[in-house]
Amino acid sequence: MKPFAYTRATNSQSAVDAILRDQTSKFIAGGTNLIDLMKEDIEQPRHLVDINRLELTRIEQFQGGVRLGALAHNSDTANHQLVREHYPLVTQAILAGASAQLRNAATNGGNLMQRTRCYYFYDLAMPCNKREPGSGCGALEGFNRIHAIFGASDQCIATHPSDLCVALVALDAVVNVEGPDGQRSIPFRDFHRLPGTTPEIDTNLKRAELITSIDLPATSSAFARHSYYLKVRDRASYAFALVSVAVALELQDGTIKQARIALGGVAHKPWRVKEAEAVLTGNRPDERTLRRAAEAAMQGARGYQHNRFKIELGKRAIVRAVTVATGEGRAV
Amino acid sequence: MDERPQAFSPRMETPLPIDLQRRGFLQRSALDGTSLFLSQRLLTAGNPEGSNVALATVPQVAIEKVAVRLRINGSNYGLRLDPRVSLLDLLREQLNLTGTKKGCNHGQCGACTVIIDGRRVNSCLALAVIHDGSEITTVEGLASGDQLHPLQTAFIKHEGFQCGYCTSGQLCSAVAMLHEVEQGTVSHVTEDVRKPGRVPLTDDEIRERMSGNICRCGAYPGIVSAIREASVSMKGVSNSR
Repeated sequence: MKPFAYTRATNSQSAVDAILRDQTSKFIAGGTNLIDLMKEDIEQPRHLVDINRLELTRIEQFQGGVRLGALAHNSDTANHQLVREHYPLVTQAILAGASAQLRNAATNGGNLMQRTRCYYFYDLAMPCNKREPGSGCGALEGFNRIHAIFGASDQCIATHPSDLCVALVALDAVVNVEGPDGQRSIPFRDFHRLPGTTPEIDTNLKRAELITSIDLPATSSAFARHSYYLKVRDRASYAFALVSVAVALELQDGTIKQARIALGGVAHKPWRVKEAEAVLTGNRPDERTLRRAAEAAMQGARGYQHNRFKIELGKRAIVRAVTVATGEGRAV
Repeated sequence: MDERPQAFSPRMETPLPIDLQRRGFLQRSALDGTSLFLSQRLLTAGNPEGSNVALATVPQVAIEKVAVRLRINGSNYGLRLDPRVSLLDLLREQLNLTGTKKGCNHGQCGACTVIIDGRRVNSCLALAVIHDGSEITTVEGLASGDQLHPLQTAFIKHEGFQCGYCTSGQLCSAVAMLHEVEQGTVSHVTEDVRKPGRVPLTDDEIRERMSGNICRCGAYPGIVSAIREASVSMKGVSNSR
């Protein structure tokens, strides 16, 4: 690991100022991703600003919804009674990811800031436009089994690895940040970005902006009774998603009044599929409707040599996840 | 925690840069503890920051040490650390608490699991400086003298290991996991996460909740049996140690 200077920030403003002063600096919270990347020299900050002492750990009611502190640990968030009761999709998504040890250290803000798990990003001997802009993409014509089928560019076909973020985009969460220009709120769907010609940039955060909290809106608690996070992966636990599906439904007399569907493991950002939501809305969740919704969701998907299976897998996962969310199927 | 300054051993006062620790680690395989200790003292004599130019691998950027206080297995430590030092390397290389094992060093195997302020974490992904002021329990802190922790006894009885390399991590993880269950936490395999109350600890729950600890010998059946038995025998008693 390259040497770095270490500073403990005492409040948000001093943390932001410390980052502003030094272009090579980074915030550190749980460190479960950043420290790993620093060990491999993939990330080489010269200055770490430790934000763990900031008072951003609360989980509380806010405007009828729930506000998740950026520094609340993933495990505490998943198990908070407000979250379990009103936003069980968030609980399910968090608990589908990583291990208990990692969730105990990882924070909510850090979960949003995870880098991709693309093998080529991790391998310094390989080209990667995300790690080293202009060096090329090893995955595009390489072993791309875990890679994107939506929104990729000829520069990068990496996926975003988070489970939590898939639930958050489905529930129309909002990310609150504090930066040099004060505070602002970013709708979750606009937080992460597609690779385009600048795959080295994962999010729309500006320099020195600090995530302070994530809001789950009151309207999304309408889905509490019918939501489900299905994660398909190479082993039963502790693996990243090949495809995951977050489903949130509001049912009325057996008809879908509202639907939210988002996919993980398929794009550079958590992938909301409004086309599928439109197919479900106003209909009964019969098999034909579910299959139509799944087909609509996968319109425009583009498979590469080793990941074409994700298109059919994604369709079946959507059918399965919606079925479970309606209460008809058993959780898997 | 007790804020009294502690009596340091010389090695604690001047922790070596990481590359010197690696050097020390290699030497340790060839030399006994005393000669290793002396050789490290010679290397650092009059050179507390380890910036001797003769040691070509020492980084160019001066590293500012950070004061860190930790309470580990009931003992207080006052340290000055290179901020790069992981809690795992601190325990093993500087404090001689070698019960905690380095497996993958990337948070993927769980061999390095320790309990920080009551929570199990991967010590390989924890910078020691970040945990200033924390209370840490390692596998060395589970037993009370010769009285083994009920989970240790159960692991022996059910042969929850073969080579034993993952065992200290499995034990620390299981101790904290049973505490999590007592607190009413849910897991990925819990049927209804909206339902409050204690989740019955089925074998599926044990397997899912312990999935962050890999055993390449495949002693999983013994591990699950040991945890199942200990969870029953420990019910009602404080198991967070």
